[in-house]
Amino acid sequence: MDEQRLDGNAAGGILGEVFAFEITTARVTCVNCGATGEVGAQMAYVSEIGTVVSCAACDNALIRIVRQDDGPQRYWLDLKGVEYLQLRERL
Amino acid sequence: MNVWDTHLDPDFGGVPEWMYSRRSTTTGGIGMGRGFISRGFRGRRRRAEGDERVPPGQYLVDGFPVLSAGPTPHTPLAEWSFAIEGEVDEPRTWSWEEFRALPSEKFTRDIHCVTKWSKLGTTWEGVPVDLLLEGVDTTAEYVVAFSDGGYTTNLPLEEVTGSKAWIAHTYEGEPLTPEHGGPARLLVPHLYLWKSAKWVRGLRLITEDEPGFWESLGYHNQGDPWREQRYWGD
Amino acid sequence: MIRVAEAPRKLAWRIGEVVETSPDTPRTKSLFLEVPGWEGHRAGQHVDVRLTAEDGYQAQRSYSIASAPEDDRVELLVERLDDGEVSPYLTDELRPGDGLELRGPIGGWFAWDANEGGPLVLVAGGSGVAPLMAMIRHRKAAGNGTPVRLLFSSRSYEDIIFRKELERLAAGDQTLRITHTLTRSRPEGWTGYDRRIDEQMLGEVAFSPGERPLVFVCGPTPLVEAVATALVGLGHEPTRVKTERFGPTGG
Repeated sequence: MDEQRLDGNAAGGILGEVFAFEITTARVTCVNCGATGEVGAQMAYVSEIGTVVSCAACDNALIRIVRQDDGPQRYWLDLKGVEYLQLRERL
Repeated sequence: MNVWDTHLDPDFGGVPEWMYSRRSTTTGGIGMGRGFISRGFRGRRRRAEGDERVPPGQYLVDGFPVLSAGPTPHTPLAEWSFAIEGEVDEPRTWSWEEFRALPSEKFTRDIHCVTKWSKLGTTWEGVPVDLLLEGVDTTAEYVVAFSDGGYTTNLPLEEVTGSKAWIAHTYEGEPLTPEHGGPARLLVPHLYLWKSAKWVRGLRLITEDEPGFWESLGYHNQGDPWREQRYWGD
Repeated sequence: MIRVAEAPRKLAWRIGEVVETSPDTPRTKSLFLEVPGWEGHRAGQHVDVRLTAEDGYQAQRSYSIASAPEDDRVELLVERLDDGEVSPYLTDELRPGDGLELRGPIGGWFAWDANEGGPLVLVAGGSGVAPLMAMIRHRKAAGNGTPVRLLFSSRSYEDIIFRKELERLAAGDQTLRITHTLTRSRPEGWTGYDRRIDEQMLGEVAFSPGERPLVFVCGPTPLVEAVATALVGLGHEPTRVKTERFGPTGG
């Protein structure tokens, strides 16, 4: 039992800093295994070094994000594990 | 995008002109001028002003924080191996029994995480990387340490030789726990701790540098805490 | 509450004002915040709270919003962890008039609106009841009759968070059923469950898989994983089970 493994919902905070649309309900398809689901249903590893959202089916890293706040604020966002993201405006 | 392409990114080597530079880690305030202070809050971590053992911008911590980028591997020891491979005349591997039969040394070092915590006087036991590389014939100048679960980190070969690095299996007298990288992790204490790959399974010697998991996503290629090399362009 | 289309926007940190603090159980306290410009939230969502010390050191944690979207104030339920860094500050030091930096609401995936229907199975471990309480309160404020069964694990009777309010809500409402299990100690004469939540207990308490409930599970990671596994074992559809693991107790 891995205490560092959280639900994808936990990545909503850091991802919400760069995505204007609600990200936890975005649909995502894994490049590695083809599984599709909502970001919230995947697994998240959230820490001060960075956040990784990984595929609940195959553990492949879907989304990786790093934020630098000291000096110029910068983000690095890696979406290589994602075939596409479907983001929707909520009514 | 290939990880090698980061070399082509101007940001990888330096901060682009359009981005102003403002280092504030060594002063009291951090971050983007947020300004809000939580009345009466004192963090558990202590500033270590004037302590020469603590690199700039770091705080001392009592516990040993665990930071993860993926599931904690649990490779059975019977399936574990450590490899020296890549640009070498003869690749080598050790099983767990063979690895543990090698001479280990006990050592005490300070460790520094890029997320700003430092821990002084941590005690370890492990096999020097120098020993594992003994007699290896290579023209390679770099290594990639690779781990169970796919984590990688890159270093110049000279940063893991000359008594600077170990494959550590024991922490504070006990077998290294999985959450801290057990059964064995790379330990390179003079660099930020993300270079000390947890769950390490080998070193691949390479002639051209290859940014690893965090190096390809903003973290500095060298990672020297004394020069505060945290991010690209630092 | 009138629901309007949300214009897409990034999350930003802002300062809420603590207007009231209210102890509940020996280990927990509710913080009531007024957040200027708060656009509302959905029941189940959380906020990230950030504390900054004078030397610039920062610590950040997530807290579920326990209040219903219909409430004016944002309520956070904080459990004080003795070796925590943030929770002792929130429960011991923070007082009305203080500012608290937060961002949110976050996490529309782990949320429920009354108009989504159910039936609902809510499974809570300790302070994991917070987002589920928001759902229960929202249901009441919306005058909604979706059948709900809450299975709530606590250490002891005194540690049951929101106990009196839950009793009141359930007393007047046949469609809200609350079942407690007390894992460490029980009061005299206790006839209820006295062990960790397991498949048998869930089978006895929850709606059956045939009734296709929406299930929300929140609490410490070991409880959440055991419950999620048990629910799938009972035949519940994995896509209808949503989990919120607390993760390492570094609060």
